[in-house]
Amino acid sequence: MSSSETRLNGLLLQGLAGDERAYHVFLRDLAAHLRAYLRKRLVNMQDDVEDLVQESLLAVHNQRHTYDPRQPLTAWVHAIAKYKMVDLLRRRANREQLNDSFDDNFDMFSSADGDAAEAHRDLHVLLLQLPERQRLPIIHVKLEGLSVAEAAQRTGMSPSAIKVGVHRGLKALAAKIRSGP
Amino acid sequence: MKTEDLVTMLATGAVAVDRNSASRRYLLALVFGVLGSGMLMAAMLGVRPDLATAVRLPMFWVKFVFVAVLALAGGVVTWRLSHPGSRVAWTPCGVVAPVIVMWVLAAYVLASADPTQRYDLIYGRTSAYCPFLVAMLAVPVFVAVTWAMHGLAPTHLRLAGGAAGSVSGALGAVVYTLHCPEMAAPFVGLWYLLGILIPTVVGVLLGPRLLRW
Repeated sequence: MSSSETRLNGLLLQGLAGDERAYHVFLRDLAAHLRAYLRKRLVNMQDDVEDLVQESLLAVHNQRHTYDPRQPLTAWVHAIAKYKMVDLLRRRANREQLNDSFDDNFDMFSSADGDAAEAHRDLHVLLLQLPERQRLPIIHVKLEGLSVAEAAQRTGMSPSAIKVGVHRGLKALAAKIRSGP
Repeated sequence: MKTEDLVTMLATGAVAVDRNSASRRYLLALVFGVLGSGMLMAAMLGVRPDLATAVRLPMFWVKFVFVAVLALAGGVVTWRLSHPGSRVAWTPCGVVAPVIVMWVLAAYVLASADPTQRYDLIYGRTSAYCPFLVAMLAVPVFVAVTWAMHGLAPTHLRLAGGAAGSVSGALGAVVYTLHCPEMAAPFVGLWYLLGILIPTVVGVLLGPRLLRW
């Protein structure tokens, strides 16, 4: 763990300094790490693991300015994942209290095993529900890979509005996950 | 959306992150919070008229340092609780220590005072509203600190709310020292502390609602 900790830490620091490729590798490896971490903890909720991996990745990205390089990376990452896990369980508990409908039909041969588990919640669908000033910057910059200047030209928005739109849009996406089912 | 697509999306166009954004956020919150609290004090209560002579008395500074140290200690806890996985460890001791020192001082003052004066040393003339005025002056700081904290990532929301409340209360009390005429250690150790506890309890109660992310 400690050698991968050092490696991931290095990648994240490069990413925070603006190295897109290092950041990509960091997030990809982090996803695998989070999947293992959450699988161990959500023993009876394997179907939720991939959703929670995605929610945690988004949280890590949105809150990446709170990482202090002097602290262990795993402590930071696990605290975020655990927070999102507890938040999910609390959301669930609240809803079940309201609806009083426990679905107990878990099956032992659930397809949640294996690496190719699908997320149930589609972030793309949530993305399309965002207001235009956030949706368009995200689509152009984050999905199509345009530069901020190109996206500004394409949409007629100012470059700073594009940057703000991406930033706020990703936070709004996290909020949509929170308020959703 | 598949997880790998999300990873690609998040990484695409990711620019350098300002490493000082957290400290700048808190600095901004403190400046505006204390400024707001100071204006509230000046408008509603006014600076004590004998401030120029009061600042020459040691007890004025004992009182001031007491609440300032509480603010500082609460600030350290607040800072730690805003960062996921950061250890709070011994830092709450910094909040407890000045309280104990003040209580020891208060006990000494009460023990060595004439029994007929003890009531006045504890209740002074303003104990009926002192805690509420401190809590009122804490409101601008509380709003600002909660804003700053919400932009970071507290993972223990009740604790974080309580810490934010205690900083706000202590800074409200710092501002209140410029108005308050009371100088006795027993008074400060009781009513100031109660004033700081009001926003602390409010923070604990509202934390999960205000700080969720």
